[in-house]
Amino acid sequence: MSRSARIRLFWAAAVVFAVVYTLACTGLPHFGTTVHPYGSRAVAASLRQRTANVVSSINFDQRALDTLGEESILFASVLGTTALLRHARDERVGRPRAGRVLPSTRLLGLVMVPLTLLTGVYIVAHGQLSPGGGFQGGVILATGLHMVYVAADYLVLKRIRPLGVLDVADACGAGAFVALGFAGLIAGAAFLQNVLPLGTFGEISSGGLVPLLNAAVGIEVGSGIIVLLASFLDQAVEVRSETDSGSGERT
Amino acid sequence: MTVLPFLTAGWIFLAGVYGMVTSRDIVHAVGCLAVAQSSTYVLLLTVGYRRGGIAPYFTDTPLRTRTVDPVVQALALTDVVVGATVTALLLALAIQIRKRHGTVDPDALTGLRG
Repeated sequence: MSRSARIRLFWAAAVVFAVVYTLACTGLPHFGTTVHPYGSRAVAASLRQRTANVVSSINFDQRALDTLGEESILFASVLGTTALLRHARDERVGRPRAGRVLPSTRLLGLVMVPLTLLTGVYIVAHGQLSPGGGFQGGVILATGLHMVYVAADYLVLKRIRPLGVLDVADACGAGAFVALGFAGLIAGAAFLQNVLPLGTFGEISSGGLVPLLNAAVGIEVGSGIIVLLASFLDQAVEVRSETDSGSGERT
Repeated sequence: MTVLPFLTAGWIFLAGVYGMVTSRDIVHAVGCLAVAQSSTYVLLLTVGYRRGGIAPYFTDTPLRTRTVDPVVQALALTDVVVGATVTALLLALAIQIRKRHGTVDPDALTGLRG
């Protein structure tokens, strides 16, 4: 299809979509309505399960099976990206040169890396109490590690990044979610049912299975994203195309 | 205009799709897909908004406090995670396309090649 025909087709489809969507929106419940039957029931169920953060209770208790699917998508995508970005036989791998970093950037990195990692652990551990959880905390953990790349250079990042261990940790995190699900079956209840003692409302140990699932997801997301970014960084910094001059690239 | 937040979601979606249709660069198209997808965040949070509601967690608020709908917030979290993974996978494909075909212009990718 030619470019102009494609754009004309888009505009025709866009007009139809806009009209139908607008009509559909006028039939929806009003914006800001106080009637949220599912929301009210979810809040009640979450309080019954003594999980202060309702979103975590929904994700890791009431809809834990859906989250299993979600983290499987994440796992499969990390697997797919690693497979797509593996080194081909006809590619040359160069050694990246050490980059020059301002002392102030280095100092800020030195302060910020432990602080960010600590924040990541905090967000994972308090998923059942305050906004956050395994997914969000895992991303913060992975980002914190990559501040080393900003504050030092790629070689340092490569040295402190145990990719082999993280590959295994990613798989273990994904497997731990399923294994925790079997705890319900062993206790004679349903798969992924919250069978652990629920603890005291508002305490860090509350929520039964929720903090454990959060930790499993935190490990999986954190290591998964580091592995994911490792394959992208590897392509950007190390792999050279045939046409490249071959001189070391800045990192 | 209580319908305006819903229409905003539709507008963001169309802007993203327009970008994809007119894109001359795969990486740009992936960015546009992310824009189109982010319309679903706006839609979900709009559906779940309750007038005067606060964030749905009760660590330091009384249990009777009115909150926004937590179900759609959980869905939005799923949405964000899946969106990020799809973007990562598509960008990996873009790198491979650039390597094998030497171009990132979708219009120039016509032939099938092994």
